[in-house]
Amino acid sequence: MAAEKLSTRHLLGIKDITLNDIELIFETADNFKGVINRTIKKVPSLRDITIANIFFENSTRTKLSFELAEKRLSADVINFAASSSSVSKGETLIDTVNNILAMKVDMVVMRHPYAGAGVFLSKHINAQIVNAGDGAHEHPTQALLDAYSIREKLGEVRGKKVVIVGDILHSRVAISNILCLQKLGAEVMVCGPTTLIPKHIASLGVKVEHDLIKALNWCDVANMLRIQLERQDIKYFPSLREYAMMYGLNKQILDNLDKEIIVMHPGPINRGVEITSDVADSKQSIILDQVENGVAIRMAVLYLLASQRD
Amino acid sequence: MQKRTLLDGKKFQITIKRLCHQLIENHNDFSNTVLIGIQPRGSYFADRIKQELSETLKNKNIRKGNLDITFFRDDFRRKDGLVSANSNTIDFIIEDCNVILIDDVLWTGRTIRAALDALLAFGRPARVELLVLIDRRFSRHVPIEPDYIGQQVDSLDSQMVKVSWKETEGEDKVILLSDRNK
Repeated sequence: MAAEKLSTRHLLGIKDITLNDIELIFETADNFKGVINRTIKKVPSLRDITIANIFFENSTRTKLSFELAEKRLSADVINFAASSSSVSKGETLIDTVNNILAMKVDMVVMRHPYAGAGVFLSKHINAQIVNAGDGAHEHPTQALLDAYSIREKLGEVRGKKVVIVGDILHSRVAISNILCLQKLGAEVMVCGPTTLIPKHIASLGVKVEHDLIKALNWCDVANMLRIQLERQDIKYFPSLREYAMMYGLNKQILDNLDKEIIVMHPGPINRGVEITSDVADSKQSIILDQVENGVAIRMAVLYLLASQRD
Repeated sequence: MQKRTLLDGKKFQITIKRLCHQLIENHNDFSNTVLIGIQPRGSYFADRIKQELSETLKNKNIRKGNLDITFFRDDFRRKDGLVSANSNTIDFIIEDCNVILIDDVLWTGRTIRAALDALLAFGRPARVELLVLIDRRFSRHVPIEPDYIGQQVDSLDSQMVKVSWKETEGEDKVILLSDRNK
């Protein structure tokens, strides 16, 4: 039986929440999954709450997923994209957000290119903050939906072996995933070229492997991360073609393994780089389940946070 | 704290039998009628009604589901603590069916108001009727009245009606407690 309420007022990162919080979010998401599979996919729980989606960085699926979750809970939603706002005129983060809050906004879902932006904001404003990704730091709802999808597919996360493959250095998904999976009792390995694995990653208690085949033979689940070319200001590997040859997952590799593993990807996919199309669309891929579960997880997070409002 | 027993023993069984016979009078063989228990406590009562109807009609195919109303309540964030959700288990279509909504106690009517909202997410029923074991009359906040009543009781807001079921608490019993806060 999970806890009766979340231990935190904001969702800034997996680091700040407990195992009980994660279990409560999963239990609540189970119920919301039922809601979003009905003919009428909407419930009135958050009808008196206004949520601002503030995105200082581009996003398609996270933004859509949050917006859909908010609308399915009947919240009022406003959207803000930094590229088309007064931020480009030199306005500070606090000023921007305070202006939005002056419009009586109750919760803020924020994506920001700098690590710690959510924590910083939570100390200066009164609204509840949900971190939708802060730089290469954390992306808590993605980690929650990934772990939830593994639980759904394999029955439980405890004792399972998960390898995270690719650009660990620039990935907020990797850090949040490692923390979340470990809290739930999974074993985690990271795999990628030396240049894309942070030096001290082993201090988080994860295994490090540079050989993809060895990593795949070890794991039950392979989470193939996107190569974040937009965050790489220098070259970390000679060419995309070489990366795809060394760390790309294709059907042949998958079929040659002794066991059937599950393939995940947080999206968007660079088809032919991290995974080939036939892997992305195979029976072993749960990429679209991840997308569906994302809405249920985000509904659960927003619902549980809203219940803690004064 | 004072306790008064409203229903127990043989009277409890007779009440359920009577309610089932009333249902049969109006719904015949239940071919187009479904039972929906409101989670959590109404679902126990709905199980009992289904069991009794199945025995009386010699029909094991009576459809029964459980409806969770948590996300449709009007007191979200107005109560202390979180209202935890229960599961919905309605594995049939309620479109154009007669629905018997079942709960153990009818008090303010707000639960039933939320249940009607929640029910519509599963389709448009032909007709909805309400069956309750205990009707705390004169205490309604919304204009909702039951179609089938086990027993009516006049009670104060400070009182509480507690229904126990053989399957969960070991005995079938309804008691009226004098002070719900104690």
